[in-house]
Amino acid sequence: MTTTTDRPVSPPERRRISPAEPWPGPWRRFDIVKEFVIATVVVALLTVLLAAVFSSPDEKPITLQAWAKADPNDFVATAVSELDGQSGTATYGPPYNNTPDAGQKLGPVPLQRWGGVRAPVDTANDFVLGPLRAVPNDPALSAALSTYSAATADQQAKWASDYGDALANAPDGDPAKVAQGDYGPVPTLSRRLLDLAQSGGLDGALTTQGGQFYASDFTKPLLFLADGSYLEDQARAQHLGGDQWGMMNETGNYPGQAWLWLYTFWYQIKPFSTSDNADALVWGLMALLTLLLALLPFIPGLRSIPRLIPVHRLIWRDYYHRQTRT
Amino acid sequence: MIDVVAAPVDLNHPGHYLHWGVIQLSLANLVVIAVMVGVFVLALLLPFPGGRRRP
Amino acid sequence: MTDRVEDAYGAGNWTGALRRRAVKALPPEQLLPDRQPAYVSSWIYVFGALSLAALVWALVSGTWLALAGAAWWHTSTVGHFVNSLHLWSVELFFFFMVIHLWGQFFMASWRGRRALTWITGVVAFVGSIATAFTGYLVQQNFDSQWIATQAKDGLNSVGVGAWFNVLNTGQMLLWHVMLLPLVLGVLVVLHVLLVRVRGVVPPLDAPAGEVPPTEAAQ
Repeated sequence: MTTTTDRPVSPPERRRISPAEPWPGPWRRFDIVKEFVIATVVVALLTVLLAAVFSSPDEKPITLQAWAKADPNDFVATAVSELDGQSGTATYGPPYNNTPDAGQKLGPVPLQRWGGVRAPVDTANDFVLGPLRAVPNDPALSAALSTYSAATADQQAKWASDYGDALANAPDGDPAKVAQGDYGPVPTLSRRLLDLAQSGGLDGALTTQGGQFYASDFTKPLLFLADGSYLEDQARAQHLGGDQWGMMNETGNYPGQAWLWLYTFWYQIKPFSTSDNADALVWGLMALLTLLLALLPFIPGLRSIPRLIPVHRLIWRDYYHRQTRT
Repeated sequence: MIDVVAAPVDLNHPGHYLHWGVIQLSLANLVVIAVMVGVFVLALLLPFPGGRRRP
Repeated sequence: MTDRVEDAYGAGNWTGALRRRAVKALPPEQLLPDRQPAYVSSWIYVFGALSLAALVWALVSGTWLALAGAAWWHTSTVGHFVNSLHLWSVELFFFFMVIHLWGQFFMASWRGRRALTWITGVVAFVGSIATAFTGYLVQQNFDSQWIATQAKDGLNSVGVGAWFNVLNTGQMLLWHVMLLPLVLGVLVVLHVLLVRVRGVVPPLDAPAGEVPPTEAAQ
């Protein structure tokens, strides 16, 4: 603030003010603390109002038990695909297993493989045989397990894939209507797994595998669940599928994540919509675009857009008006 | 306390979706985006109270 | 004006040197100003403060949820309401932040050595998305299941999923409650301090204005 003893040392200059120099004036009154307090109160009121009026969604999670009861045929088909190594998880590659040739690439770069197998999952043992081995007092199951273990790997694979094919061809995929064939102990094993799931025992068995008590890692039950169709059917019914712009959406009529519009957009169009490497390609593209956004100040052309689309003339109209008057 | 079951506006019913070619947009998201654009335009156009100016 | 105390205690004193550097970079009247350039007269300017206020409420409601545990809101009416506060404060945060971004873009606010302000803002935006994403994962409901099993494909495809396992709810909870808010907090503080250090960007194509005499000494 100038004191009354200050005198200008030179007449006022008229020159273009550089954006890098400290603002020489004119000023206006401003109370930064008051502004922030007002903002905090306004947002608090808005938040409470929105929360009171709209609440928040909470759709119950789908347990393996619920899935096995609601769609037992899908459950059994999925269990068989875990056994014969044809499920999504079994053929996924890293980080779950080392399936040859599995894994997406960004151009020539096999980024997925570079991650390594750091969350190993053996679908046949972890999802099917392991939980079944823990079931006591079931002689028929024990016999089936022994028969299965004693067989060669080729024989195991043949039983399971034949049964899987038969289920796919049966009306409704109903195990009771499967064509006659030699499926070995696989029908018994998958039937028993269904019983275990319907009793609720499989949910626990998969989260506490290996005899642990505490569980906070849901990798196995989630992978098993996602290998089936039931979870996806429920999701697609709510427009949450990848090709339904699902990344932007929320269950019910709730607003979702509108800011993900560009990320999910790419999945809707070629070449991404038909590519096996869609995830890697989209991720790479979005990483590039985000980098461009961050480095916008240095990109000629893009950084000139504000001059070309002069929204700023609205924002600073008071200032421009006053300057042209003086 | 607020009874969540009786939220005045229950958004837990199946969502409404709009389709334009490859674009599918939920009504809820459309509303949010429209309000954002509307608020942005208002912020640009509404006169701002003039503070006392110092030289 | 010399600091006489400096003569006695200041030589080689880290604290004094740090304090003097900090105050020189950001004098108190700039950190907490009671005036602003006269061109700051548009409603577009309030959206930074609104974003910050929304973030504060997201942190407060999130803290309340943390106090009672991750599963509380499924079985408690109060808990569900607090969860709703958390959801809507975050929706408002993104709402205000994106409008703030639009405004700053059209003002070309990176001019005049303000590139870092812009960059920290963009990184904070991306960090916010990551934080919100982990929030969805730890809701412990159908949403969490679907989002986790879908998102794993994107992250696995580029090798990140091997270390950042979205199916591991325990890991995601800790990232959401502690690690990401910490990173976001640092980014936001840096961003806000940079705005105060550099000042609000002046108008584009400012017509040659009168530079008042001796004002720069203030």
